[in-house]
Amino acid sequence: MTNLYKSVPVRSSEITPKQVYLSRRDFMKAATVTASAALLAACAPSVTEAPKNAAPVPKSTATDELGNPVNTYEDITNYNNYYEFTTDKQGVAGLAKDFKTSPWTVEVGGLVSKPKTFGIEDLLKNFKQEERIYRLRCVEAWSMVIPWEGFALAGLLKMVEPTSDAKYVRFETVYRPEEMRGQKDPLYPWPYQEGLRLDEAMNDLAFLATGMYGEPNVAQNGAPIRLVVPWKYGFKSIKSIVKIELVSEQPATLWSAIAPNEYGFYSNVNPEVDHPRWSQASERRIGELSRKPTLMFNGYGDQVASLYDGMNLAVNY
Amino acid sequence: MKKFPYTPLQIAMHIYAWSELVLLIFDFFTGRLSANPIQDLERRTGRHAITLLVLLLLCTPINTLFKWSEPLKRRRALGLYTFMYATIHVIIFADLDYGLAWSRLIKEVVEKPRLIVGMIAFILLIPLAITSFDIWKKRLGKNWKRLHQVVYFLAPLVVLHYLWSKKGNILSFQGEIFKPMIYGLIIGIFLIMRIPPIKKALASFSARMLALLPGKNQRPKVSTP
Repeated sequence: MTNLYKSVPVRSSEITPKQVYLSRRDFMKAATVTASAALLAACAPSVTEAPKNAAPVPKSTATDELGNPVNTYEDITNYNNYYEFTTDKQGVAGLAKDFKTSPWTVEVGGLVSKPKTFGIEDLLKNFKQEERIYRLRCVEAWSMVIPWEGFALAGLLKMVEPTSDAKYVRFETVYRPEEMRGQKDPLYPWPYQEGLRLDEAMNDLAFLATGMYGEPNVAQNGAPIRLVVPWKYGFKSIKSIVKIELVSEQPATLWSAIAPNEYGFYSNVNPEVDHPRWSQASERRIGELSRKPTLMFNGYGDQVASLYDGMNLAVNY
Repeated sequence: MKKFPYTPLQIAMHIYAWSELVLLIFDFFTGRLSANPIQDLERRTGRHAITLLVLLLLCTPINTLFKWSEPLKRRRALGLYTFMYATIHVIIFADLDYGLAWSRLIKEVVEKPRLIVGMIAFILLIPLAITSFDIWKKRLGKNWKRLHQVVYFLAPLVVLHYLWSKKGNILSFQGEIFKPMIYGLIIGIFLIMRIPPIKKALASFSARMLALLPGKNQRPKVSTP
């Protein structure tokens, strides 16, 4: 099979103005540490950072296109929602340590002319890997800026040639309760599944991430391959994908199966449509102290708002 | 020699009550909190407040079942500790989390059921904490007990606040509902044990059981030569 795929060019807006925000990040860090120290113990003269583990930690002074500095590698890999391991965000990294990500295959099928099962190494080789610095907005109202590496989902979908009946894309996470002890919890309808409308999936922002910070993905971030849909709440960005299926009907998703009134199929980041339990108007960027207003479509409105023309987003939440 | 003025129960209670605050400060200064430290502080102070409330509600059933009255004397301290952690919890929410942005805060608190029940529970705790001292007990007389029975109404609200803070759905019995459910179940049992006919039945049952225990026998021991 010939590989006709062309990689999507990086938009100029994504090219990082490195020098501009170099100092800002240090300032934020210093401000955070000082402010929080003052809050808890005015008497302590200084805060000493705990010694971190010896492994070299990649550093980046990059920013997203809005000028937000990326979060540290340490924060991104130690504060994770990955209920397949545990509901404790700090506990995921430890429990995911021995998760096997090789060999790994991703089955792409359903309503397509050329179904194919890809080995992870094929995906890395056949699709040009590029960096995308994306904001990740969790439905729990915290957010991060993450330098992902990977390729556009559209490229993979085009390669298998969806038929005209294909309207939605369904994704499924690996199901290995022996390695992922959270999957033994009977209170969740495992395996994790998510979905996108086909036109959403074909949007250039929809991304399959294979790495982060120039390194291959670690298990707690969804290794070896995970979806990143930056204009939607984080739970849409399904991790450790083994199956991608083109379907004609809107697929079920794990969270909307649990609580349909709280988690809709679309789950676009929208400060005007509140979650019944917590407001979505503001968020806390990890590493910063005060809340900041949440942006419509997480700041990606220019690229994605047209997907929802004429739709009532309060109904299609 | 003067007798040591504290009982083991008292010591254990005070150590346990302060432990969470000490641990939080320790974790903060040794970098053990997560990348979202404000949420950690909110969750841990909240959960400790509920746990203390559960222990407070356990005192009476212990007395009913085991005729051990010392826990009854610890209720005031447990109640005040509950109030202390609830206050820290609310201050962290309003100040650290929302930066005292009142308009945003008030909008949140009146709109979200989770925060409405949490706020009601906290407001109800205030008069209980203030009137927990002897002078108020004397001054209020019979009404003091009536006032403090508000805790039976407040405790389920706190459980609801906890449950609604988690991603889950109690109606479909799915999601992150296990811990709040356990708290709810325990508090439910402790409250049921206070309903007068049930309390009476439990007391007479336990009196019979205790009488069977050789060590606790009320008759004087017959010493055998």
